[in-house]
Amino acid sequence: MKKVIVFIKQVPDTSELKIDPVTNTMIREGVPSIINPFDMYAIEEAVRIKEKWGDTEVTVITMGPPQADAALREAISMGCDNAVLLSDRKFAASDTWATSYVLSKAVGKIGEYDVLLAGKQATDGDTAQVGPGIATWLGIPCITYVNNIEEIKPGYVKLHRMHDEGYDVIEIEGKFLLTVLKELNEPRIASFRGKMNAKKAEIPVWTAEDIGADPAKIGFMGSPTRVVKAFSPPVKQGGIKISAEEDPSVPEKLKSYLREKLII
Amino acid sequence: MMSSKYDLTDEQKELVAIAREIAEKKIKPIRAELDETQEFPYDIVKIFGQSDLYRVFVPSEYEGLGMGVYESSLITEELSRVCGGIALAYAGSLLGTFPILLFGNEEQKKRFLPPIASGEKLAAFCLTEPEAGSDASNVRTTAKKEGDYYILNGTKQWITNGGVAGLYSVFANIDISRGIRGITAFVVDRDTPGFSIGKKENKLGIRASNTTELIFNNCKVPAANMLAKEGQGFKVAMKTFDMSRPGVAAQALGIAQGAYEEALKYAHERKQFGQTIYSFQAVRFMIADMAMKIEAARALVYQSAKLADAKDPDSGPYSAMAKAFASDVAMEVTVNAVQVLAGYGYMKEYPVEKMMRDAKITQIYEGTNQIQREVIATHLTKELSRLEKK
Amino acid sequence: MGFEKKIVIIGETRGCKIHHVTYELTSKAAELAGKINAEVVTLVCGHEIEKGDLERLFKTGAHRAVVVDSPELVLVNDDHYLRDIADFIKSEKPDMALAGATPFGRALVPKLAITIDAGLTADCTELGIEEGTGLLLQTRPAFGGNLMATIKTPEKRPQMSTVRPKVFKINETYGNPVNIVKKDHIPGKSRIKMLQTVKDLEQVINIAEADIIVSGGRGLGSKENFALIFELASKLNAAVGASRAAVDAGWIAYSHQVGQTGTTVSPKLYIAVGISGMIQHQVGMKSADCIVAINKDPDAPIFNIADFGIVGDLFDIVPKLSKIME
Repeated sequence: MKKVIVFIKQVPDTSELKIDPVTNTMIREGVPSIINPFDMYAIEEAVRIKEKWGDTEVTVITMGPPQADAALREAISMGCDNAVLLSDRKFAASDTWATSYVLSKAVGKIGEYDVLLAGKQATDGDTAQVGPGIATWLGIPCITYVNNIEEIKPGYVKLHRMHDEGYDVIEIEGKFLLTVLKELNEPRIASFRGKMNAKKAEIPVWTAEDIGADPAKIGFMGSPTRVVKAFSPPVKQGGIKISAEEDPSVPEKLKSYLREKLII
Repeated sequence: MMSSKYDLTDEQKELVAIAREIAEKKIKPIRAELDETQEFPYDIVKIFGQSDLYRVFVPSEYEGLGMGVYESSLITEELSRVCGGIALAYAGSLLGTFPILLFGNEEQKKRFLPPIASGEKLAAFCLTEPEAGSDASNVRTTAKKEGDYYILNGTKQWITNGGVAGLYSVFANIDISRGIRGITAFVVDRDTPGFSIGKKENKLGIRASNTTELIFNNCKVPAANMLAKEGQGFKVAMKTFDMSRPGVAAQALGIAQGAYEEALKYAHERKQFGQTIYSFQAVRFMIADMAMKIEAARALVYQSAKLADAKDPDSGPYSAMAKAFASDVAMEVTVNAVQVLAGYGYMKEYPVEKMMRDAKITQIYEGTNQIQREVIATHLTKELSRLEKK
Repeated sequence: MGFEKKIVIIGETRGCKIHHVTYELTSKAAELAGKINAEVVTLVCGHEIEKGDLERLFKTGAHRAVVVDSPELVLVNDDHYLRDIADFIKSEKPDMALAGATPFGRALVPKLAITIDAGLTADCTELGIEEGTGLLLQTRPAFGGNLMATIKTPEKRPQMSTVRPKVFKINETYGNPVNIVKKDHIPGKSRIKMLQTVKDLEQVINIAEADIIVSGGRGLGSKENFALIFELASKLNAAVGASRAAVDAGWIAYSHQVGQTGTTVSPKLYIAVGISGMIQHQVGMKSADCIVAINKDPDAPIFNIADFGIVGDLFDIVPKLSKIME
């Protein structure tokens, strides 16, 4: 049996985020939680690998509060076989360093694996650090920004890594972790049987003790970084708005506006 | 309102949710283009298959989910709400599968149903011929027994899923002199020698659905592919219609629902004389009528689907009522939706003119609404005798 | 004079050239160094880096440049780079280490953080020094720019950040003496094989770092109509961006996508053409200095954040703009 492990994160649905007009802060209450959009591509790729290889099990892992169970079930409905929820008060306030440590310890408990997948970054923290962190803890290579997989088999991958000016073609032998981009695939709509499996699935909850995590490396105390303060950026306001129908000279007006502002 | 007012099981709700997600996310963005190009939605068919929708109407012994006409109708309604044409890639396969579900023997079911359930093969129902429309008994395609085979010759026309289906439920006559009692049903694989696809039709509506001629030229079909017995084909076809008409009704219902939603939305957005057009009684009453008739149609469609699943002896006339009523509602609602959107409604940038074109076929195929009324009226004669006995 | 502290810049190279983000960070580090009496050391890994580029580091604030030169560093193979950088950090023991939040930095530095056991803050847009403690204060956006957080690393060293390109200005007025030190490349095996690097010809200017971006959306209606965007972009010497709708419709490659599942940009000027401006798009571009929106729908959300909005037919307005812009 071959094994693919996918790391996902439950995040607030940014499209539903609202800003309080008085305090200019984000309103988090009532915002639905979704699977981090980039992770959907990782899930889809894992399921495609399973379909291609056969005899392959896809396990999806997340670290989060008990409610993150819903994200894992959604992943199962898309075709993942089973899931693990890492949930423990001791994990709370972990930064990316500590989070990647916890996730790598979970992989250690699972044991054998062939491929690890994650999304490029989460849309709440936007750090893109956890994927490379997990791989480094495990001592395996990690390729970020993967937008095309030419060939993948157990112990081998040939892929494209997107960069500023195009892409690199990269080959890896052995185990590896990939963080993926949207371009890689189109996530499927959950199947009926997948949804039924998701309802029935028993999802184990692993604590810090279960995965043998060093208490000094997890949670607030285990995190090298500290948030000093969080604040809202200044609100962007709309400016001039002109109807081209009423004012045919609007292209010229735009040109002089940009000139005045020294933009062009 | 839709199905949410009905007491659906959790499983039925999930199916509705899946169908809606596919319709909104995958079908809506391409429906106008496929309507224009008449291309068949192969990618969508793949998604239907991947999401288990084709499994719904197949028994669990044959890799299906063991559900029935009701669940399939709920799905067809949701898909048709967004595109009545693409929905037919789903509903048309169900129509083509009914003869196997109803009359296939164990070996045939084992052989034919699993690939239909997975979506690997679509099915098509092939009865209509140039001379056999409403008079379905006038089938001129012949089947002549030669050893372990039947040799089919003739032409079928206006076949939904023609060319794109892998399996075809075909009606041919083993002896024209026997008339209706010569009609026999066969399952024909697309790769059978002597079977070919004729011209593809250019249609008013449901343009993303593939409608073609089928040509049988000494087509050699194994005798093992015959459904029921020789001469029982007409019964196979009629029983199929009893089961399939709630599906057409559901398609009509979905089209009507989609058009009504567009009209309702537009009437609240569009301002004339300084107010939304929904504030004008002339418009709001039109939309109120749409909602009322759609809900009435829904009650009838769901009831007929449940009766079909329950194999109720009266499911035939109920199916006919549902089909005729829902499709008449669909035509009326879509025409009025175009009227509400008026000039915009007439333009292809808005979906309602397409819905109007798509609606028309539901009054015509699987028996014109005039034929449906014949079915109903014939049944009513029996009702009379029942009344008199009391 | 002795330095009390040390700030390292993890430099980035492209071929024989040094990436501009390295100069930006060197200048910023020099500014911070003034407050805490720190040495600014820029590490440059690559092969046959141009002398002029190395010397420019001293104009922009470096006290010392350490160069690791090897043919193995021509293509960005993280295994080779990581070995050299980790060894350098371990031996230099800096207080702070900065790298660009480019694909290079965002891939490499998280691995470095685990390897050398240090804290890392991603994608910073502001750096400062905390009064009293002298700690590095790192400010970064989260939730697609809807929330800002200031982060510090109290104990572990170095305090590391990746910093967005084009956030800090290059200051060429330092004029420090040239002080280039060579460091041997550490040979070793790599599990990664870099086969080749392919340039995207459509992507003439990289959107993540462009000063001006002209973006097209659903309103264009077709792939062919994107020519209007390319034309205006070429007149303005701008990069071409796109909304998710345009990318999903197959009108333009994903590398052009701006927004939540694409690239986050912060140009001086962003021109949104036929883009309604859903929040997923806005989070990718609203930090632009100036936003221009052209859309036929007067209620399109893009107008809520546009400095200059034009309500009208893009097929009429964009060609006119192309004609008058040079």
